[in-house]
Order: sequence, then structure tokens, then C-alpha cells
Amino acid sequence: MAANNLKHALFCAVVTLVIAYPILGLNLEAQGINVTLEGADASTVISVLAAAVVVFLFQLFRDNILSVLKSVPSPLPKSQKEPMAENKRARIESWVLTGIVILALFWPFFVSRGAVDLATLVLIYIMLALGLNVVVGLAGLLDLGYVAFYAVGAYTFALLSQYAGVSFWVALPIGACLAALFGFTLGFPVLRLRGDYLAIVTLGFGEIIRILLNNWTSLTGGPNGVGGIPDPTLFGMEFGRRVKEEGNVSFHETFGIAYSGEHKVIFLYLIALVLAVFTALVIRRFMRMPVGRSWEALREDEIAARSLGMSRTAVKLSAFTIGAFFAGFAGTVFASKQGFISPESFVFLESAIILAIVVLGGMGSQIGVVLAAIAVTILPELAREFSEYRMLIFGAAMVLMMIWRPQGLMPVRRIHIELSKQE
Amino acid sequence: MLEVQNLSMRFGGLLAVDQVSLDVNEREIVSIIGPNGAGKTTVFNCMSGFYKPTGGKILFQGQEVQGKPDYKISRLGMVRTFQHVRLFNNMTVVENLLVAQHRHLNTNLLAGLLKTPDYRERERKSLDRAAYWLNRVGLMDMANREAGNLAYGQQRRLEIARCMVTEPKLLMLDEPAAGLNPAETKDLNQLIVSLKEDYCVSVVLIEHDMSLVMDISDRINVINQGRPLASGTPEEIRQNDDVIKAYLGEA
Amino acid sequence: MQDLLYFSQQLINGLTIGSAYALIAIGYTMVYGIIGMINFAHGEIYMIGAYTALLAITGLATLGVTWLPLILLIALICAMIVSSSMGWAVERVAYRPVRGRHRLIPLISAIGMSIFLQNYVHLAQGSRNIGFPALIEGGFQFGSSGAFQMSLSYMQITIFITTLICMTLLSLFISRSRTGRACRAVSQDIGMANLLGIDTNRIISATFVIGAALAAVAGLLLGMYYGSIDPLFGFIAGLKAFTAAVLGGIGSIPGAMLGGLILGVSESMTSGYLSGEYKDVVSFGLLILILLFKPTGLLGKPEVEKI
Repeated sequence: MAANNLKHALFCAVVTLVIAYPILGLNLEAQGINVTLEGADASTVISVLAAAVVVFLFQLFRDNILSVLKSVPSPLPKSQKEPMAENKRARIESWVLTGIVILALFWPFFVSRGAVDLATLVLIYIMLALGLNVVVGLAGLLDLGYVAFYAVGAYTFALLSQYAGVSFWVALPIGACLAALFGFTLGFPVLRLRGDYLAIVTLGFGEIIRILLNNWTSLTGGPNGVGGIPDPTLFGMEFGRRVKEEGNVSFHETFGIAYSGEHKVIFLYLIALVLAVFTALVIRRFMRMPVGRSWEALREDEIAARSLGMSRTAVKLSAFTIGAFFAGFAGTVFASKQGFISPESFVFLESAIILAIVVLGGMGSQIGVVLAAIAVTILPELAREFSEYRMLIFGAAMVLMMIWRPQGLMPVRRIHIELSKQE
Repeated sequence: MLEVQNLSMRFGGLLAVDQVSLDVNEREIVSIIGPNGAGKTTVFNCMSGFYKPTGGKILFQGQEVQGKPDYKISRLGMVRTFQHVRLFNNMTVVENLLVAQHRHLNTNLLAGLLKTPDYRERERKSLDRAAYWLNRVGLMDMANREAGNLAYGQQRRLEIARCMVTEPKLLMLDEPAAGLNPAETKDLNQLIVSLKEDYCVSVVLIEHDMSLVMDISDRINVINQGRPLASGTPEEIRQNDDVIKAYLGEA
Repeated sequence: MQDLLYFSQQLINGLTIGSAYALIAIGYTMVYGIIGMINFAHGEIYMIGAYTALLAITGLATLGVTWLPLILLIALICAMIVSSSMGWAVERVAYRPVRGRHRLIPLISAIGMSIFLQNYVHLAQGSRNIGFPALIEGGFQFGSSGAFQMSLSYMQITIFITTLICMTLLSLFISRSRTGRACRAVSQDIGMANLLGIDTNRIISATFVIGAALAAVAGLLLGMYYGSIDPLFGFIAGLKAFTAAVLGGIGSIPGAMLGGLILGVSESMTSGYLSGEYKDVVSFGLLILILLFKPTGLLGKPEVEKI
């Protein structure tokens, strides 16, 4: 047994060296058209060797290490216990949430413009992740092309404003509904596919939409994108220094305060906040409605759900459409925030980030998803030198989560339902 | 009420069900028995719409239902359970019962979002129905547990309750007593009879537990290797030579 | 006449790309056939193969080796070793612990692995594309008509022949060797194979290793053919190869070959007659249509839903 272990450990160490050394230890340097080879610095080589040693030791004492790890109790609570007294919990929860929202309302007035801008981005990701959570977390449909609906929302606003001068507030529902319509039409044929095939097909759709945006130059401007997207207005008041559109007045003149670029940023943040809260509340409501329960039922056991009279297509389609709707919402806000959009913003990686948020947060859990969205967007900004490792860490985190905690960091807590006692 | 005529099901070269006929009247318990692999579950799968039969007719209340999608058949009032219990394991027991009443509830999204009085009323009714059936199968205390955490016998009862909240006319039970101990089987026996007596439901039953079958069935159909072997009252079946041979000869 | 020549040229280009796709597709199809999961990170394994080959070629050039067959052979062996090790390690680390869980869990794990590997190479080797020397130059020129001249390059011939050799070896291995027989048994019924004393873990590892080795071959070939590589180079190629696998019937090795060729030809025809921009649209469109109307592919076996 020990000899066997040794052989296996040696093998694993060699494999570690083989997969790490060439890629990490040798660098291809392009000089003009010639490519030359350079060894990496000593520290990289040493860390590769150290990694191999660690793998060797771990594999050698694998059984011992695992048994030690098992005896350490998990610090995270299990999701299996019965929900606690519901009234109390619900009251506390709603107070805490209201508090957070109020705090979020006033917070931007005390911090820098950059922080507010980042917070707006976080809110957009929250909307996206909550929407995708409906599709992936609740309905169990792995949608890898979610970013396509985000793009539909963003481009709807961009193009409507460019060609028809439509304002943010009109474009918002149109963008969301158009994205939902896209979700509906795309979903209709593909939703009878099995889970993993569905994932690939949605990925294909996402890519097709991006390629079309990139190449339909006459309409979308191709890779150059669409610019000059207007900011939202508040009851006809604009936030620019000068009024751009006939009939509007400017915000700072109306209230007789000095012009500040921050007003616009804060206003956008507040819009995003309201929309994110709206998204969360609507989806929360859905989860307590028959439609939400049937999403989960279909995820749990499709055959049983069908045997109880649920139409697989209708249920999946509703999840897909509603998810797409909120992506369209987020897209419109995104277009308005950036003022400029191009297909670059809607690549597969973006879908993967949103998926990572949902997976990390705990599929189906709203609070978890919100926290994960905040963490995933803010952490790389806090540690700049660390930000190039962002995607590397996401990838690794997705794998690790699937292995150790597929239910996410904040697993879903079942809703407690009070029944009237009879007889 | 239900009439199955010359039902056949072929998978590639294998004729799994061959010319099976059976009929069920109002308030009647009809059993399908036969050795393992005789094609009983395949008959169920055809009746409930999971398979499209390759031949024959299925009439439910005079309406041809063969080849209809499963969820439509279920909405007509033919609901089934499964040989291996299929619950929504990560949902609570009540939620399992609420999901099943999906089509009784107003599915209009807006009404639900706005909590219209009409919607509230329907929701209350479905909660009451769920509570009633939880009481009936003795799972009231478990209402907010996750279904996957119930004991096996409780899961079986929950599955039946989940069918009953849909208010079916015909219930198809696929080996409901499998894995139950004698006491639980006895409870099940009473439950099934009461479904027929008190709730006017007809039951089609696939079961290996002969004492259960003989006790509660009004009529029994025997199939062997996909073909009908005999049918009649429990007494007739007990004395049928073919049946005895099929069971004993191959056992 | 010119039209015919043009058409033939597109056909040749398509078959070249297609046979390389087929090599990558084998990895998808074998893994799916055995454990029923989409190895989303397979495209990255192929990309790593291409990078390793380039590293080897550059290294040999620095050492002053100039004999072409030796360079190619060493590059091929290096690429195969590194890719296979990577394939083996990926299976051990990311897939084995989640095997047998709900279908989406291994898939998400695979997506995570794919992102990880992409960024691993990106961080180590930079995100810019790097020129891949065209070691095999020249070719046959065929009857020219008007301004158009049809050609068949030695590189294309190399791709055909290498693919042919690999496919033949693979078929022999699957049908003749002990491990090959065990592979077939495991893909029929993994539980039963286990009971019969087949070390299924080893067989699954072997599948990943074989698929990765073939992907490395494709990495070297396509790297030379395209003339440059970058860390994202595996992603689209992986999707294409997956399409090829599904098109031919996932789980079927001749299917992967057929699917690869059909996909390659339809892509090059789109490039040739419509626009190169839309060739990805055509292959994704093809994937969607196949999955919708014949999810078992051209040579796949139908699956019966069990209740």
C-alpha cells in the first residue's frame, strides 16, 4: 500500500511538473516576426518545483490529511434543518433589508464619484444575476448565452435613441420587453433539449447575436459600437451642463444649485438601485407564486412535474422569458451608464461571470446572489494588482464550489408555509 | 370510464406490450399483476402518455387519449405515481402539494404579483386542500420538512397525497407497497380503499404484494411477457391454471 | 471552369479544417460516450497543445536543430505529453469528484476549468497572439483559369495524412487492445463494467488522455496552418469540434470524423461564397438545427428515456 502510494505520489508530482513547467517556466517572446524562447525568472521556477513537492507530499499522505480534514467540523451551517419560527425571522429580515436599502439611498452623497460609479455597476450585475438566477437557480436551465438578452436591452436603447430620439424612460420597458420577446422566441424551439445540450445551444445563440451585432455595420455600427446614448432625465430635467433637447430644462438650474458632474452619476445610481430592488422584489414574489414553484418542481424532477399536468415547455419558457426580461432591464441601464456600447461588452466571458455569481451565491438564493455580485465586482477593484487574476480565480472558484458546495455559499432557505390546522 | 383496447408497444425489435386490453369502471380498483418484466410499467407509461403506444386505443371517458402529451392526459384527471418515488426532494412537503395544484391556481402572473383578492382566495383554497390531505395521510407535522428527508413510507404517502390534491378521477399506482413494512402496507390498503369509497376515485394498481392485491381489487388483469394472460375477480384469478403456471412455473 | 476550380479550392480547405476538427471532436465524443458529460475544457487542452508545440519548435530552433522531421516529431511528442498530462489532471481534479452528480454540476465545473486554463496560459504567456512558424511550405498548383489558381499545399496534405494515421491507430486501439475493449464495455454500462472487475477510473482517465493527445496533434497542425495562436484560440475551436461531435452523433467515433468533415466544408463554403465573418454563425446555426431536429446526430444511437 505504501509503495503504491509512493508511486502514485511520484506520478502526480511529475504530472504537475509537466503541466506547469513548459507553460509557466518558458516564455515565448515575439521580437518582430521572430519568436524567441526565454526562461522565466527563478522565482517562477522555484514555485513550480514547490508546487510539485506539495502535490507529492499531499498524495503521499493523502489518507491522513483527508481524515484530519474530515474530523474538523464544517463552519458553514447545513441547509437541512427546519426553518426557524417564520414570523420572527421574516420581520427581522424585512427590517434589515429596508435598513440596507435606506442606507444605500443616502450613501452616494458622501463618497467619491468613482465609488458611486462602481456601485452602479454592482447594481447592474445584481439585476443580471437575479435574472439569471431564475433561469439557472430556480428552473435549473443552464443558459450560457444570457448576455445576449443583456445586449438586446442595451442595443434597443442605443438604437432607439440614435434613430428615433427615444428617451431612457421610454426605452427601459421597450428594451426589457424586447429582450423578453427574444427570450421567448429563442426559447421556444430549444427548451425541449436536455440540460447540457441546452447549455451549448444557448451559448451558440449568444455568440450568433454577438457576431450579428459585430457585422451588421449599417445598423449597429459593427465593432465601433453606438455612442452618444443620452442620460436619463428626471421629469424632463437633464443632468448635463447644457440642455441638449428642446423643451427640457437642466437639473441644476431648476433647483438653483451649482452644476456638478456628480449629480448625473448619483441619479443613475439611484435609478439602478430602484430597478435592482424592483427586480429583487418581483422575483421574490414569483418564487412564492405557483409559477415559481413549478420552476423548482421542473428542476427537481421533470417527469414527476409532467405527470402532475405541468407543461414542460410553458414552465421553462416562462422562466426563460422572465430571466431575459430582467437582462434587458440591466442592459438599458448599462447603455445609459456607459453612453457608448459595442459588441465587446457582450462576450461569452460576461455570461460566464454572471453564471459564476449565481453559482457562488447559491443557486436559487437571492441574498446569496446579491452578496456574490457585490464580492465579484468589488474585490478585483479593491486589489488592483490582483485584478488580472480575477478570471483565473473565478474559474478555480467555480470548480471548487461544484466539488465542495454545489448549493453555494448561501444556500436557499425554504419558505415556511403556515397551514391552518383542521379537525 | 377507462378503456384500453389492444394496446401494443414496440421498442425497436422488442414487443414489450402486445395486445393488452383492460377496462376500469367508476369507483373500481383494478390491478395489473404479472412476473417481473411482464410489461406492466410499460402499460402505465403508455396510459399516462410518457410513451406513444405503437398500436391500440386508450379511451378515457369516451375520449381517445393515446399519444397525447403526458401533461394533457394528467389534466384530464388521470394521475399516476412511480415505481421509484419521485418527489420534489429539495422542496418542502407543503410545496410538493401546492405545486401539484398548479392548474387549479390562477396562473396569471399579474394577478399573482398584485395579489388580487381573487388570487388570494384561490391560494387560500389550495393551502386548505394541502392541509386537508396532509392530515389525511398523517404528514401534518412534517409540512415544512424537505420532502427528500422523509422516511420511505412517508414519501410513498406524500406521493399519493400529491396526486389526490389534483382531484383526479383515475389514480394509477405503480407498486405503491414496494419497500413498505407490513404495518405500513396495511395502512396503505385502507387508504386506497378509502380513496375509492370516500373520494369516488377509480384506481389502477400495479403490485407484487399479492395479499394487498387480493384484498382490495375488484378485478385483476394478469399479463405475462407483454401479453394478456387472464382477467377476472380475485377469486377467478386465484383458481386460474394459466396464472398459477406462469407464477409457479417460472418462479 | 473558374467556378469549378474555386469550388474545389473551398472543398479542399474545408476538408483540411474539418479533419483537424475531427481530431479534437474525438475527445468530446469519447468522454461523452463514457461518462455522459461535455468536457467544456477540451478546447483549452487543444490550445495548450498548440502552445507546447510552439515552445518546443522555438526551443529547438534556439538549439540549432534544423532537420524538419525531427523538429516536428519532437514538437508533436512534447505537445502530446503535456496535453495528455493536462487532460489527466483536469479529470482528476475537476471531474472525478463531481462524477455522478446532477448533470449540470460537472458541466459548470468544466466551464470553470475552461476559464481557469484560458487565464492560466494568458497570464503565463500573455494575451497577444504569437506567430507560429510555417514549417511546411509550398504545395501543388493546379490548372489556373483567369486570375484564380487552385492549390493544394503540403501543409494540407500533412493534415490529411496525419489525421488519417491517427484515426486508423485509434480505431485499431479501440477494437483490438485490452484497454480499447474495456473502453467499449465501460461506455455500454459503467456499473456492470465495474462489477466485472474493470478499473473504470483507469479507463476514464485513459479516455481523457487519448482525447487530449489527439487534441494536441490538432493543436500542432492547426497552429502551423493558421500561422498564429493566442489563449482564446481553443475556445471557438472547441465549440466547433463539439458541434462536429454532435453532428456526427455524440459517442460515435466515425461520427466525429464525418461531423468534422461536414462542418469544415460548410464553413469554408460560407467563407468562400458569403463572407468569412458569418462562418461561425453557420456552424452554430448548424449545431442548433441538429440538436433540434436530430439530437442523436447522423450516426448516433437513440436514447430511450427511462422512468
